[in-house]
Amino acid sequence: MPRKKLPPITEAFRGITFTRRALVVGGAQAAVGVALAARMAYISVVDNDRYVLESESNRVNLTLVPPRRGWIVDRSGKALANNRVSLRIDIIPDRLHNKEMVLGQLQTLLRLDGDTMERINRDLKAASGFQPVAIKEDMTEAEYSSILVRLPELSGIAPQRGFARNYPTGAAVGHLIGYVGAPNAEEYQKVKDPLYITPGYKIGKDGLEKYFQDMLKGQPGARRVEVTARGKVVRDLSTQPDVQGKTVHLTIDADLQEFVARRMGRESGAAVVIDCQNGDILSFVSMPSFDPNSFSDGISSSEYAWLRADDHQPLINKATRGLYPPGSTLKPVAAIAAIEHGIDPSERHTCIGGYRLGSRFFRCLGRHGSVDMATAIMKSCNSYFYWVAHRLGYDAIAPTAKLMGLGEEFQLAGSNQRFGTIPDSAWKMKKYDQPWSASDSLNAVIGQGYVSVNPLQLAVMTARIASGRRLYPRLVNRQFKNDPLPFSAEALATARHGMDLVVNEPGGTAGRSKLPLDGITMAGKTGTAQVRGLNTGNGKAGTWKFRDHGLFIGFAPVDNPRYATAVVIEHGMGGSRAAAPVAKDFMTFLFDREKAMEALATFEAGWGGTIKERMDRDYAAWKAGASKPDPDLAQ
Amino acid sequence: MIPVPPAIQRIPWKLIAILSGITGFGLLVLYSAAGGNWSPWALQQGVRFLIFLTAALVIGRFPLRIFEDFSYLAYIGVLLLLLAVELLGFVGGGSQRWLNLGFMNLQPSELMKVTIVVALARFYAQLPPGNTRTFTALWPALVMIGLPAALVMLQPDLGTALSICIGGVVVMFVSGLPFWWFGSAAAVGAAALPILFSFLHDYQQKRVLIFLDPESDPLGAGYHISQSKIAIGSGGIGGKGFLNGSQSHLDYLPEGHTDFIFATMAEEWGLIGGLALLFGFFLLLRWSTRVALKARTRFGQLAATGLTMTIFFYIAINLMMVMGLAPVVGIPLPLFSYGGSSMLTIMTCVGIMLAIENDSKTGTRRFH
Repeated sequence: MPRKKLPPITEAFRGITFTRRALVVGGAQAAVGVALAARMAYISVVDNDRYVLESESNRVNLTLVPPRRGWIVDRSGKALANNRVSLRIDIIPDRLHNKEMVLGQLQTLLRLDGDTMERINRDLKAASGFQPVAIKEDMTEAEYSSILVRLPELSGIAPQRGFARNYPTGAAVGHLIGYVGAPNAEEYQKVKDPLYITPGYKIGKDGLEKYFQDMLKGQPGARRVEVTARGKVVRDLSTQPDVQGKTVHLTIDADLQEFVARRMGRESGAAVVIDCQNGDILSFVSMPSFDPNSFSDGISSSEYAWLRADDHQPLINKATRGLYPPGSTLKPVAAIAAIEHGIDPSERHTCIGGYRLGSRFFRCLGRHGSVDMATAIMKSCNSYFYWVAHRLGYDAIAPTAKLMGLGEEFQLAGSNQRFGTIPDSAWKMKKYDQPWSASDSLNAVIGQGYVSVNPLQLAVMTARIASGRRLYPRLVNRQFKNDPLPFSAEALATARHGMDLVVNEPGGTAGRSKLPLDGITMAGKTGTAQVRGLNTGNGKAGTWKFRDHGLFIGFAPVDNPRYATAVVIEHGMGGSRAAAPVAKDFMTFLFDREKAMEALATFEAGWGGTIKERMDRDYAAWKAGASKPDPDLAQ
Repeated sequence: MIPVPPAIQRIPWKLIAILSGITGFGLLVLYSAAGGNWSPWALQQGVRFLIFLTAALVIGRFPLRIFEDFSYLAYIGVLLLLLAVELLGFVGGGSQRWLNLGFMNLQPSELMKVTIVVALARFYAQLPPGNTRTFTALWPALVMIGLPAALVMLQPDLGTALSICIGGVVVMFVSGLPFWWFGSAAAVGAAALPILFSFLHDYQQKRVLIFLDPESDPLGAGYHISQSKIAIGSGGIGGKGFLNGSQSHLDYLPEGHTDFIFATMAEEWGLIGGLALLFGFFLLLRWSTRVALKARTRFGQLAATGLTMTIFFYIAINLMMVMGLAPVVGIPLPLFSYGGSSMLTIMTCVGIMLAIENDSKTGTRRFH
């Protein structure tokens, strides 16, 4: 590009150039200055609202105060689950900067054991963002203040004075009430409720705690605080109190519940007591159990492992999820069915120590000679019922059993039931594609073979026999129609009479379990359920796992039934030996508490203390044993 | 009329008022940023200001000739210091900027901002007018700017390197080099931006990218800018009131007493405070521009313009940064931010310009 010839540059010309260019520079600076002023005006005037909001949301932190959970009380208002003040500290993973240092400090300050540290590390890994991880709950004032003092150096630590769920009777209500726990990440994802990531907030995880979660949860309080960028609280701005959850009233009798649980002793089993007037469940026990208090505090992995390792299965609710062959406890039902199908209860059959069916000989427990129906129940004569079953066929008996509630799943709050089987020919055809045989009928009538029921069903069955009405079990005040059963009075009376004889007639199978009371008698029926075929032992001794189950059903008082019960003692070797004495004691408790407590005191002295004392000792022993072969686990 | 002694007449009261006004306002903000305390910042900053102001007034009494004569020597000296930083400076805050002299930590790159302007002014003052449009006018200047800028970039300190370049380029511009040289250099520079970008350190690249898209890192580097805008924006017109800024007091605003002090101020004093401060800076720059226009010698003209630009660059980049118009570079707000190095630089500039002003009052003007 040809350029224009410029005039020679002189000093004067250079001076003018300077002035012009200096003004250009100055002008540019002024323009930038004006632009900056305009920008600032824009931010602080036009965008002011938005930024005021953002600065407020920076400054003010809304903390939810977990609501106090509603109580769960028994029929007389006694607490089965309540709250107690609890001092706790949590870690907010997002705010934890120097993890090793902080955890190390906590371990020394709070003397946390290896177990706890392991759980904390596991929880920290699983926790998301701001979801708090419990370090320690139920701290003493001294521990709590030792943390408060060092709070500035412990990043991510959130101390809190809150409430913890408390179960006054501990393991006695484990399966009934369930337990609460901190919500996990999945549960939070489902509801997206900020309360779910608030430290100290617990939701029902099992049993009634879970079933009545909505009623029990309450309304959270809120606390507006001013916080620094690091999350340090500067001052409180305002607080709104929480609203406690509603109280759940159960039909349970707390004292009875505890007594039954304690009376079960070291046995594994279940016991259900039902009020024959309305179906109220007065006690609902499955033992051994877990202590729901330890679950609420965040159970340690070794305690959980201990529970899982126990062959008595403390984590399974045997009252609703344990299925057992009911054995002879089904005989009163067979008797009712027999009368309804035209068998005269006074008709006699001769027991020759068994019953011959074709080429097979079905054994009886003894040689009872000539028995009528009531005597057959009293002596638990298999031969008599083999004869009945052979005559009627089980298809005639099964509908009666079903009417009694066997094989039925009840609408019961918070329970997760396995409802077992009352077999008939259609069932067998469907399940095994085989016709029903006469020997199936014989097995079924004595509660063996394909028959399986849970203890709750047995208790309902007993309550229905005792009341003559179709009672439904209930844990809360819930209306059922409870219509009369379509059976003749004679049929029901015969069954009840037979059961009366079982306990109160010399020679009855539960004669030793007569109530030690004046004027009040209990009727009942024992049952012994084979666990394995006789080839693995005779069921009366040997390995615990292969021993027979002991069952007992009963009601009292005989003349005006009020309480019905079913007890199952796993591998108890026989109903009269293991189950009936337990029922006798808690039935006694219902009428004479002092007398029953005396008996219990003697038993517990032999067993090594109360449930909690025994559990603590067992756990300690297990931990000591478990840590020996595997030294890594102890650290 | 009361006769005023000439010694007092010679003191630039107006300038002292401007400087004290800006710094005094800054002290209030520092007082507030410390939660209503004179320590640790406000008191120290005040004492430092008095010392540096005295120093500037003393420098201002020196004959201008001295600055011109020693400009090359000073340039070579500071360049050697920069080299020394590379060789034995210690690392602080992720970059190597300081020389430990035992009694203080010296940051030679700060001295270079002043020295480059003075040295280039000397160079163009000596350049025969006829050579203004020749290559002779160009390459020595480019070398003089390029060496220190490269050394500072190695530290790495992008803000200071830019400051050195812009001071030098402005001196070249007002010395009358052909206009199209700057135009084409700017065009080439724009085209070469992606290449230059690749020379930046990772964290500097990240800052630039985050500046372009602050939402991409709301809790990291973008956090500074968004919190700064929240502080300024929430102040509104009148501000939240003295000692009432939540952003700075609750630590949401990082560096609330140094690089982001303007946001701290704007939150409590609002738009009114911001405009007042801008007006203060305007008065300061207007004074220095006038010094340049009235300068008696060519050296004075060029040096004053360049030094004005150096001060302006501090202000503009800092304010653009806190208002989200520029990436986060560590440049303090002159006289306002807590810190000694930048105040030392500013006061040196002021001192030299006072010398230029005094020079133009004493002698006869050589140019129009």
